Amino acid sequence: MDELINALLRALAFGTPLLLASLGAVINERAGVVNLGVEGMMALGALAGFAVAYGDGTPGSGNLWLGILAAALAGGLAALLHAFVTITLRANQFVSGLSLTLLGLGVAGLLGKRYEGLPLTGQPPQWPFTVGAIVLAGLLAFWLSSTRAGLTLRSVGENPAAADVLGLNVGAVRYGAVAFGGALAGLAGAYLSLVYRPSWTDGMTNGLGWIAVALVIFVGWNPLRAIFGSVFFGLLYYLQFRLQGKTFIPTEVFSAMPYLLVIVVLGVAGLRGQQGAAPESLGRPYTRGER
Amino acid sequence: MTPDLTSVPVLELRGVTKRFPGVVANDNVNLSLFAGEVLALLGENGAGKSTVISVMYGLQRPDEGQVLVNGQAVTIASPASALKLGIGLVPQHPMLVARHTVAENLALGHQLPGQGSGLFPARRVAGRIRELSQRYGLNVDPNARVSQLSPGEKQRVEILRSLLRGVQVLILDEPTSVLTPQEVQGLFQVMRELKRGGKSLIFISHKLGEVLEITDRVTVLRRGKVTGNAPTAGASRRSLAEMMVGRTVSFDRKRQTPSELSPSELSPSELSPSNLDTAPVRLSLRGLSALSSRGLPALRGVNLDLRAGEIVGVAGVAGNGQSELIEVLSGLCPLQSGRIELDGEAHASGARHIFESGVAHIPEDRIHMGTVPSMSVAENLALRDYARAPLARAGVRDLGAQASRAREEVTAYEISTPGVDTPSRSLSGGNIQKIILARELRGQARLILAAHPTYGLDIGATEQVHAALLSAAERGASVLLVSEDLDELLALSDRIAVMYHGELLGPYSAEQATREGLGLLMAGGEANSDGLPHGAGPGDLVESAGASL
Repeated sequence: MDELINALLRALAFGTPLLLASLGAVINERAGVVNLGVEGMMALGALAGFAVAYGDGTPGSGNLWLGILAAALAGGLAALLHAFVTITLRANQFVSGLSLTLLGLGVAGLLGKRYEGLPLTGQPPQWPFTVGAIVLAGLLAFWLSSTRAGLTLRSVGENPAAADVLGLNVGAVRYGAVAFGGALAGLAGAYLSLVYRPSWTDGMTNGLGWIAVALVIFVGWNPLRAIFGSVFFGLLYYLQFRLQGKTFIPTEVFSAMPYLLVIVVLGVAGLRGQQGAAPESLGRPYTRGER
Repeated sequence: MTPDLTSVPVLELRGVTKRFPGVVANDNVNLSLFAGEVLALLGENGAGKSTVISVMYGLQRPDEGQVLVNGQAVTIASPASALKLGIGLVPQHPMLVARHTVAENLALGHQLPGQGSGLFPARRVAGRIRELSQRYGLNVDPNARVSQLSPGEKQRVEILRSLLRGVQVLILDEPTSVLTPQEVQGLFQVMRELKRGGKSLIFISHKLGEVLEITDRVTVLRRGKVTGNAPTAGASRRSLAEMMVGRTVSFDRKRQTPSELSPSELSPSELSPSNLDTAPVRLSLRGLSALSSRGLPALRGVNLDLRAGEIVGVAGVAGNGQSELIEVLSGLCPLQSGRIELDGEAHASGARHIFESGVAHIPEDRIHMGTVPSMSVAENLALRDYARAPLARAGVRDLGAQASRAREEVTAYEISTPGVDTPSRSLSGGNIQKIILARELRGQARLILAAHPTYGLDIGATEQVHAALLSAAERGASVLLVSEDLDELLALSDRIAVMYHGELLGPYSAEQATREGLGLLMAGGEANSDGLPHGAGPGDLVESAGASL
């Protein structure tokens, strides 16, 4: 029994950054913009969060809460770059997102050199993040389904021309959604560098951003289902650590398990026709007058 | 209610001119719309109707001239500002979010007065939807998903959207092109209610019969200019068509079947339709059965003999197996059972072999099935034979030969295109259809499968398509013509069959067939299951149907 509760708690701890990042991606994808840059934005958020929280190393020079804010800002600003390229310049969303991942990881690695291996004093508790993420999922689900703004966002992702004709600003809605998605990816990064493992190491996001991107499809772009999806993947992470070295199966197989499962799970989602739940205009830049 | 033509128009265009590179789309257009009237806007494709609509709905700004609403000059910068000025558009292709409910679609947009906070927008608008639906007879369930609605219902949602925003002027852009005849009557009922409610309507349609039935006045455009302005009462199909096209148009039966000609007129050539009863059977169908793409029975034992030089029309309400019949014959849909013979030989298998055996196919979806929209006119013309001489030698294509042949065909078929390298996507429907005709009829086909060949085309293009089919029949080709337009079938066919529930009824002699008789058969009334012999005149059918009514 204790084992089970422990497993669940660890799953929640592992799942929190996944939930935060995938909620952000759900929002920008429901508005019609794919952002494959989650991994990069997470890395930038993790570094920005750590840097501000750490200060110059003397106690009191950093601020945890400002660090969290900085992480959201860093993620959001990086996402605005993606927004500018894909919404204003109408470039391919997939290529731009991939570049953002590479750029984010690279920049974070470069600027993070001086923080490498430094300890953070004063660690924020984990539970506000976990509870906050779950509450946020509920709020977003309600916001999407039952508010005028949520309806507008969904319509922009489904049929931007219909929204445009009614005088709604498709570009502005998409900019906002992409920035929000980036901010949540940044927060997910801050969780990693401040709460989960209070330190900065290059590559500490370790593919979590990609799992978050896949999770969006797995949960059918639904914020509430994202809670269960992220706990599920959190459990896999937990099992991976728990079982390492205890069986005859090589450790590497366990380390690869979450990523292998992403492929399996996406395959299952595809078979179940989950792709049909994708917003109609997902990935397509909007040009007025084109039907 | 007759509109007061001396009052201030609710919407007026004064001297509107709009130029696009190379064309004057609207040239000094004057147009008035009065309260409580239905105005028809008539014109061929390319006459400038779309530009007029775009100017009124804020999609285009005029280069010169003024738009006045209730006598006040206004600038309509966007569809949203048109809606604010009380001008709504029901577009030809609905602009709705398919995944959302009707209520969600109607709640979208800037907040309407009296809608309260931003919470539960769909619920707040549902009551108003019901109220308007009842008042104007626009039956739609606010909670239904748009993806599950029929084209007619989607149109009602579009109308409701404009009404919710309190429009006074409603522009209906070819609203009947997606509707069944029953739905058209339903739409007209709604239009009459709207008129009674004081709304002004602009009705755009190619179908002159509809214009005569529902409109009060007609404004005709030709080549960007207003060429006619008349009350509908007193106009006729002929007079309207002449205003549109600028010359006399014939609505008479175009096909002369042998029995209509006196013996002395009969040509000795075996290619003329000298005697269709003795001409050799070109296409013989026996007991054809096939499944639709959804796996349901679509053809149930179809039998037909189509003779050389004969045009057989196939009438029927969409979805009764006509598409599958054409697809089976063109090799796109597998046959479950039955036998097809072309000139006494077993039908080839596979679309390419069938075409090479002399079967031309004019598909019903001319844009996506008939052409590759992103490819050039020349490439689309070469789709059937790009890999063969003279267009290719030793596997290498000769683009020069392809272009020069394309230029000849563009001239011969009067395809209006900036050049043979233009993507076919940017051409009008009529010109795309001419590309298909040129490509398919080039090889002197023995059998022509024509599915809805003039659907959505204007009068000029329709006449050209008809002429091409008639002249092919005169040189001895057999034509299987599927159409929903009974006038077209009656004008072109020698015999007409009706498809109902996957069965082919008839064919019946076209000289004796009537719209009423065919209409009854199409609706499934008194079908031939009680053993009407092939070739029986529909006159008998009308009588027997009448007796049972």
